Amino acid sequence: MAGHEVAVLGVGMHPWGKWGRNFVEYGVAAARDALRDAGLPWSDVQFVSGADTMRNGYPGYVSGATFAQAMGWNGARVASSYAACASGVTAIEAARTRILAGLCDVALVVGADTTPKGFLAPNAGDRPTDPDWLRFRLIGATNPTYFALAARRRMDLHGATSTDFAKVKVKNAANGLANPNARYQKAVTVDDVLASPVVADPLHLLEICATSDGGAAVVLTSLEYARRHAGSAGAPVRVAAVSTVTPTYPKTIVDLPDLATDSSAVVAAPELRFKASIAHAAYEEAGIGPEDLSLAEVYDLSTALELDWYEDIGLCKVGEAERLLNDGDTSLGGRIPVNPSGGLASFGEAVPAQAIAQVCEVTWQLRGQATGRQVEGATTGLTANQGLFGHGSSVLLTR
Amino acid sequence: MTTRTRVPALGAEGWFTTDDAEPALLGQRCTTCGTYAFPKADHGCPNPACAGTTFDEVPLSRRGTIWSYTDARYQPPSPYVVPTDAHEPFAIAAVELAHEGIVVMGQVVPGVSVDDLTVGQEVEVVVDVLFSDDDTDHLIWKWRPTSDGGAS
Repeated sequence: MAGHEVAVLGVGMHPWGKWGRNFVEYGVAAARDALRDAGLPWSDVQFVSGADTMRNGYPGYVSGATFAQAMGWNGARVASSYAACASGVTAIEAARTRILAGLCDVALVVGADTTPKGFLAPNAGDRPTDPDWLRFRLIGATNPTYFALAARRRMDLHGATSTDFAKVKVKNAANGLANPNARYQKAVTVDDVLASPVVADPLHLLEICATSDGGAAVVLTSLEYARRHAGSAGAPVRVAAVSTVTPTYPKTIVDLPDLATDSSAVVAAPELRFKASIAHAAYEEAGIGPEDLSLAEVYDLSTALELDWYEDIGLCKVGEAERLLNDGDTSLGGRIPVNPSGGLASFGEAVPAQAIAQVCEVTWQLRGQATGRQVEGATTGLTANQGLFGHGSSVLLTR
Repeated sequence: MTTRTRVPALGAEGWFTTDDAEPALLGQRCTTCGTYAFPKADHGCPNPACAGTTFDEVPLSRRGTIWSYTDARYQPPSPYVVPTDAHEPFAIAAVELAHEGIVVMGQVVPGVSVDDLTVGQEVEVVVDVLFSDDDTDHLIWKWRPTSDGGAS
């Protein structure tokens, strides 16, 4: 779908950590960083698209305006998006479509979070019609419960082992060593992973992503604006496609926060399961295929889920992810490096910022600016992620 | 001697029968297209090709096979209620009901650990206490390996 591209003129992040400060501070820092990277003043931004944080009271529910006010009201149009882990890409899509519609030239997308310690939990109070409340109350099903169900399934279907899973963490931790924005910059071994306590069998503590504070921002512009503005900076990174697809009935994989799947008794399960349909829609929109990718940033909420993504974004056939990993194909220097940033394994998750951070990393990679973790000659990168309640999230970037 | 009140846990009212001998999960079957839903579909048939709005309440298959399983080694956060003085790890299974084409999650009965479970193993639904307070037992469905099914 040529002609439907926008430019990534600037990217910025506030380092991930457990800083315990107001999320607005991280978002503003990331936004100013992205504007500096773009070489644009804040006054030129015409649309602010915020990705919401839902655990920090009122300002988080209207994040676009919160960020705009904190930076000084400038009269820009505004939107705030919530799609759980996919919030960042939903906010990017709001900005992209506004630019493509010709309603603005310059948009700023911001997401930031401050996270509590321990398991993510639903809002307080009895809410017996809310599936996210019910899964905790009726079953005690935390997020790692769902990650572990997927991991056990891989072991049973494809013969994956705990050592295979641990190697994903070892790879991502090694990548994160060179990333100044990563929370964890520490190498780990397979033995370290397997010696950490089991949280949800078969997954160990070091295989499940932590919850982190952090902020990320991107400045998106029309291609024409970027051509006029960029001058000698060279060709900008372009957003070739964004996928925010929902599942197709029946969804037959148990997913956060559901207690049960749809029924496949009357309508057969679709050919592509939900996670596979996410990147597929991005490839279709861009006319680019998985064989064209230089790298991918996927949502490794757990080690085993990264392996699922290899198959779901088309890097290999179903059941071949462990071989891809063990052959070194997805390591830096391999055929198709995955999570060169270090992934969630090195960052922990700052929910509304994470999908934007994936786009920041791919942008740095395509510009050749990912010092210490650069994928040589990278021209095309994909991000992939899935948000609670059926939010697809994928961005295809090219340069 | 006081009698304890037994009620379905908050949010799960009408989700299962409490028939002591043969309890069952209660789902819905669309009277138009025949698809199933569990928990019940509050807003019309979940099949996007069907405009049905009326359902028959149907008991779901009492037995199914384990699709996947795990456990909770650490105490889940509120609104989970710890049923004992200190958290004791419990197993969780996602169970495939072949006739309905649905996978339903649930705790596995106490005393059964992940070491006792395999994918494909047959289990049956039972009604058990989720937690108790004062004079009330709050009930929930759980999965229990069948005595005749064994590990596959």
